[in-house]
Amino acid sequence: MKSFQQRFFGDIRVIAGLSWLLFVLVFAVFAPFLAPGDPFAIVDKPFIKPFEGYGLGTDSLGRNLYGGLAHGARATLFIAVLGTVAAAAFGTLVGAVAGFYGGVIDACLMRITEFFQTIPSFLFAIVLVAILSPSVPSVVIAIATVSWPPIARVVRGEVLSVKQREYVLAAVIAGQKDLSILVQQVLPNTLSPLIVTSSLLVATAILVESALSFLGLGAPNVMSWGFMIGSGRQFLRDAWWLVTIPGVVILVTVMSINLVGEALNDALNPRLAAL
Amino acid sequence: MTTPAPVPALVIEGLTVALPSWSDRRHAVEDLTLEIARNEILCVVGESGSGKSVMAKSILRLLPGPHVRVTGGRILFQGNDILALNDSAMRALRGSAISMIFQEPMTALNPLMTVGRQTDEVFDVHTELDATARRQRVMALFEDVQLPEPERLYNSYPHELSGGQRQRVMIAMALALEPALIIADEPTTALDVTTQAQILRLLKDLQRRHGTAVLFITHDFGVVSEIADRVAVMRQGKLVEVGTVEGVLKSPQADYTRALVDAVPSLIPRHVATAAAPDPILQVDGLSKTYGGRSGLFGMRGRAVRAVDQITLEVGRGRSLAVVGESGSGKSTLARCIIGLETADVGSVRLDGQTISGLSRAEMRPLRQHIQMVFQDPFASLNPRHKVGDIIALGPVIQGVAKSAAWEEARNLLRLVGLQPEAVDRYPHEFSGGQRQRIGIARALAVKPKLIIADEPVSALDVSVQKQVLELLDDLRLKLGLSMLFITHDLRVAAHVCEDVVVMSNGVIVERGPTAEIFASPKHQYTKALLDAVPGKSWLGGARGATADFSISPAVAN
Repeated sequence: MKSFQQRFFGDIRVIAGLSWLLFVLVFAVFAPFLAPGDPFAIVDKPFIKPFEGYGLGTDSLGRNLYGGLAHGARATLFIAVLGTVAAAAFGTLVGAVAGFYGGVIDACLMRITEFFQTIPSFLFAIVLVAILSPSVPSVVIAIATVSWPPIARVVRGEVLSVKQREYVLAAVIAGQKDLSILVQQVLPNTLSPLIVTSSLLVATAILVESALSFLGLGAPNVMSWGFMIGSGRQFLRDAWWLVTIPGVVILVTVMSINLVGEALNDALNPRLAAL
Repeated sequence: MTTPAPVPALVIEGLTVALPSWSDRRHAVEDLTLEIARNEILCVVGESGSGKSVMAKSILRLLPGPHVRVTGGRILFQGNDILALNDSAMRALRGSAISMIFQEPMTALNPLMTVGRQTDEVFDVHTELDATARRQRVMALFEDVQLPEPERLYNSYPHELSGGQRQRVMIAMALALEPALIIADEPTTALDVTTQAQILRLLKDLQRRHGTAVLFITHDFGVVSEIADRVAVMRQGKLVEVGTVEGVLKSPQADYTRALVDAVPSLIPRHVATAAAPDPILQVDGLSKTYGGRSGLFGMRGRAVRAVDQITLEVGRGRSLAVVGESGSGKSTLARCIIGLETADVGSVRLDGQTISGLSRAEMRPLRQHIQMVFQDPFASLNPRHKVGDIIALGPVIQGVAKSAAWEEARNLLRLVGLQPEAVDRYPHEFSGGQRQRIGIARALAVKPKLIIADEPVSALDVSVQKQVLELLDDLRLKLGLSMLFITHDLRVAAHVCEDVVVMSNGVIVERGPTAEIFASPKHQYTKALLDAVPGKSWLGGARGATADFSISPAVAN
C-alpha cells in the first residue's frame, strides 16, 4: 500500500487545490505588506478598469480593488476557519457524548441536533447576526451555530462503531475511566472523517460569510469578499469586474477546498477510493 | 472414483501473478503448475498470504486490477486458454462452466432480493427457459442441496436464513448450470463445526453425483482429510507439495507440509492428575442474562433472548476450563458478564472468594488486576494509534505503577511472549496476526492477574500460528500459575489446552467434566454431535493419535 503522503500529495486535485489555497493564504497573512494602508481608503477616481491602474483598478468609491481582495482574504478566511473550528469542537463534543453514552443521553442530544438541522441554515444565520448585531464574533457564532450538526452526526456514528471494538473493551477491563477512554482510545480513531467533514465545512463557511457580507450583515469596517460583491452589485452593467473578480476568487477558493477535502477523504479511506 | 480422468478439467501452467510495486513481495503466485482432473476434489492448502485465493481468482479473472495481474503462464480450461479469452466469452464461461462459492455467504448474497429470485437470475441470464421452468429448476436445486421447505425459502431474504442455509443457497447457485468446475474459497470457515460438517458432506455428495471438478481452498488440514482427493500445499505463492490426500497427510515430503500437518491440534485430551480438586478461584453461581424484551423510546418491543440461563461453574486454581459451544450459545456473553463488560440480570460471580458481580466501575477498578481478558480479533483488539508499549502499560499505569517502570515491565513481557523488547516503540500495524495476539496476551499479563479469560483467542489465526499461540498460553499458564477460562467453538483447541470442559448450547450448560472423560464418552446428544462434526476426526483420532501424546508436557502431571 502506498503511504498516506504518497496518495495525498500525488493527487492532481490536491496539487491544484493546495497551490491556490497557499496563494490565498499568503495574501491573507501578508495583506498589510502586500497592500499597505486601509482597504477602505479612497485612493483615486472611481471605476478605473483592471490593469489600467492599481493592478485590478478601483471600485465605485475609488477604493483599491486589489487591496480589498488581499484584506478580504484575511477576514474571510479568518472568520470561516474560526467558525468551522468552533463548530467542529462543539459538534465533536455533542457527537462523542451522544455516541459514547447512548440511551437517553443519545436520544436527547440527537433530537436537539435534528432540531437545529431542520431550520434553514442561512436564514438562521441571518437571524442570529441580526439579533447579535453585525460584528466579527457574531458572524463566527452564526457560522458555528449553523454548521455543527453534521459534525455531531458524523462523530456520533464513528464513536458508535469504534466503542464496540475490542481495544476499547480492553481499556474498560484495564479499569480506565470513561473520559480517558473517550479521549485516548475512541476519539483519535474518529479523526479521519472528522477532518474531511470539517475541511468541507470551511468551504460552506466561506459562502455563508460572503452571503452575510453581501447582504450588509457582515462585520462593519472589515473588508471581505462578500462585502465587495455587495457594494459592486449596483454597477454590474457598467463595471462588471467589481462583482466578477471577487466572485471568481470565492468560486475558485471554495472549489479548491472541496477538491482537497475530497482527496483527503480518498487518501484516508484508500479502499473506498479503489472502488 | 478417485482415479483421475485422462483429460484434466483444468490445467494451470507456470502461472505468475504480479503484486503492486509497493507490496512486500513481488509475486502473489509464482510459477505455479497444477492440474485438476474431472470428477476430483483438489484442496489447495496454505496460510493466509500464501496466494491461494489470488490463484483461484485468476482462474475466473477476478483479480483486483490494474496492479494485481497475471504476468505469465497459461490457464487451460478444457483445453482452451482462459487468459486469452475476450470479455464476453469470459462472461459466458463464468457461472455456466466455472462457478465459485465464497467464504462469507451473507455478503455474497444480495440482501434486497429473495434467495429464490437470485437463484432464478442465474437461469434467466444463461438460459432460454421460461418462468415456470426456471422455478421448477430452482425448486429442484433447493431440494438437491437439502434446504428445508424450498417453497417457503424461495421467498425468503438472505437475513432470514441461517449461515448454513445461506451457504446451501450459494452452493445451489454454483451448481445451477451444471458447471464443469467449482471453485470453493474457504466455504466453511465462517460456519459452525456442525454446519461445516453438513456442508462438507453435501459438497462431496453433490460432487460425486454430478461428476464436477472442485478446487477447494482451505487452511485447515482437518477439512482436507474430510473432503479432498488430492492436496496441493502453497507457501508464499509457490507450490510446495502436491499429492493424494493419504500420501500428504500420512507421509508429507516437504518440511513445511509436515509443520502444517503437525500444527493441527489433536483431539487427544491432555492428561491431568486429578489428585485433589484445587480450591476454586472463580465461582459463577446461577448467572442469567436476557437481551431485549424492554420497550424502547417509542414503545417498540424487541423479542427477549435468554443468552445465558442459570449458569453455574467453577474454575479451579491453576486450572483451565474450556467453555465450548457454537455461535449463539451464549459463551461470549457469559465471559462478558464475568469480567463486567455486561451486567448479569441475576446470579453472582466470585473471584478468589470476593464477589465481583454488581460492583460499580470504580469499585471494580482495584480488582481489575486479578482478572484480565484476551480477545478474539488481533486486528481489532489493539488501538492502531497507540504504541505497543503504551498498550501493554495501560493496565499497570492505571493501577498506579510509574510509567517508566511499566514500560520496562512491558519490555520483559514482550520477551516472555516471544517478541523483541524493542517492539514497545512500534505500532500494532507493523505486526502479523499471530504477533498481535502475543501483544494482546502480554497486555493481559501486565497487571499480573490470577485469572485470564480468553475469548476465542486463536479462532482468527492460521492453524500453524494457532499452535504457537496455544503453546505460549499453555506455557505461560504453568510458568505463572495462572487459571484460565477458555471460550472456544473448536473442540480440538479445547482438548489441547484445557483440563476441564463445559459444553454450552442455547445459553445452558448441557455437559461438564474433565476433558478426557467427556471426549471418551460424551453423554449429551449435543456433545456427541459436536465431537462427530470435528473436521478430520477419523484422521486425528487414528493415524495421528499415536504421535499426539508427545505434545503433552510433563509439567501437567503434578
